[in-house]
Amino acid sequence: MLTRRVIPCLDVRDGRVVKGVRFQNLRDAGDPAEQAARYEATGADELVILDVSATPEGRANAAHTVAAVRRVLGIPLTVGGGIRAVDDAARLLDAGADKVSVNTAAVTDPALLERLAARFGRQFTVIAIDAARNPAGGWEVVVRSGTHRPGLDAVGWARDAVARGAGEILLTSWDQDGTREGYDTALLAAVSDAVDVPVIASGGADHAEHLVEALRAGADAVLAASIFHDGDTTPARVKDVIATHGFEVRR
Amino acid sequence: MKVAVVHTGVANLASVLAGLRRVGGDPVVTTDADEVAEAPAAFLPGVGAFGPGMEALRAGGLDQALRERIAADRPTTCICLGLQLLARASEESPGVAGLGVLDGEVTRFRGDVLVPQFGWNLVHPTPGCRLLEPGHAYFANSYKLDALPPGWEGALGDHGGPFVAAVERGRVLGCQFHPELSGVWGQALLRRWLEAAAC
Repeated sequence: MLTRRVIPCLDVRDGRVVKGVRFQNLRDAGDPAEQAARYEATGADELVILDVSATPEGRANAAHTVAAVRRVLGIPLTVGGGIRAVDDAARLLDAGADKVSVNTAAVTDPALLERLAARFGRQFTVIAIDAARNPAGGWEVVVRSGTHRPGLDAVGWARDAVARGAGEILLTSWDQDGTREGYDTALLAAVSDAVDVPVIASGGADHAEHLVEALRAGADAVLAASIFHDGDTTPARVKDVIATHGFEVRR
Repeated sequence: MKVAVVHTGVANLASVLAGLRRVGGDPVVTTDADEVAEAPAAFLPGVGAFGPGMEALRAGGLDQALRERIAADRPTTCICLGLQLLARASEESPGVAGLGVLDGEVTRFRGDVLVPQFGWNLVHPTPGCRLLEPGHAYFANSYKLDALPPGWEGALGDHGGPFVAAVERGRVLGCQFHPELSGVWGQALLRRWLEAAAC
C-alpha cells in the first residue's frame, strides 16, 4: 500500500532559501542544498523547490540551484516557478528535477500541460493551483502570486488540468497560506473528489494535527514550509503522529 | 568503478547519475553497444513506453550487449522500464518482443488503485536475496511483472495485489522502483550492488 507523503517546500530566490507570508517580507533562510539534505535526513518523502525569483537573472540561477540540490538529494524533487514552455521544463529536468510544477503559465496556456505530458509523461507534470474562497461559494483560481483572479473555478480547473495531462495536483489555499491556522479541508475534499490523481495539500499547516486533517479530507500528501524551516518539528516527527491516526507512512 | 549508463532517449538521467556518484560510482552515459558490453558495470534506466524502449535498444545492438552481460552474470542493473524490458513482452506494446531474459509478461495495474502507482511502497525480499533488503521504495509505474520468474530471487510489493518490485540473480539487479530516489535505503542497495560488482 502506498504511504502518505510529507513534503517540505523550499522557496528559493536568487539561489537562497527565503521565507515570508504570502510572498511578502521575504527573509534569507539558508542554502538550498544544505536544507535539502537536512530534510532528507529528517524523514522528508519528497522535496518541492519553488523558485520565487523576481528577475530573469535570478531565474537563470534556478537550474544551478537544482543541480546543487540534486547532488546531495536521494528523494524525488519537484521544481516550480517561472516555467512557461517545454524548454524551461527540460532545462530543470536536465539539472536534476524529477517533476516540474506549472501554475500561472498553465492558466494562460492550458495546452502547455498537454505539451509537457506528451514530452515527459504525466508523472513529470504537476499542476500547481492557488485557490481562494469565493464569497459567492466555492473557490476561484488566483495567479501571479495572488495579484490576479482570472475568474476560473478551482475545482473545474483541477479537473481540466488532469484531463490535459497533469499527473498530480499541488493545491494551495490562498486564504490559509502562511497563517498557520490549518489547511482548507473543504477545498481539499472538493478537489480530491473531482480527480483521480494524487492531491498534495498546501497552505496553512502549523502542527502535525493539521496534516492529519488534510489527509482525512482526501489529500495523498501534505506540503509544509514554515513548520519545518524553524526547526519546530521534522518530517519524521510529524509522520509519527500521522501514523498514530492509522495512516501508512515511510519510516 | 566505471558504470556505463545506457541512454535510450527520453529518460531523465540527472537523478541516476547523481545517485551513482553518491555511492562512489563513475557513471559514463553511452549509446555504444561495445562500451556497454565491456564496462565493468552497466545501468539501464528507463522511462517511457515498452515499444519505443525496445526499439531504442535494438537500433544500436544494445539488446544483444545487455543479454550477453546478464547471461554471463556481469554486473548490471535495470530500473523501472529497464526491468520490464527484460521480460518476454508487455501489455503496453502488444506484439513487441522484450529482451526475454525474464520468463514473464508485463501487465498493467488493475483494480481500485491509483495508476500510475506514484509514491513509496513497502518491498518484501525473498529469503535468498543478497542485494535486496526490506524497506520502502519509491515507485512511478503503471505496468509491472506479476510473479517472480523461475531462477530469480526478488522482492514483491502490493498495489491492488502483489507485483514484482525487484529481481536479482548474482550481480544482476532489476528494480521496478527508483533506487536513486529511494533515500538512504535505495542508496544502500546501489552501494551493495557496486560492492558486489567490484568482486
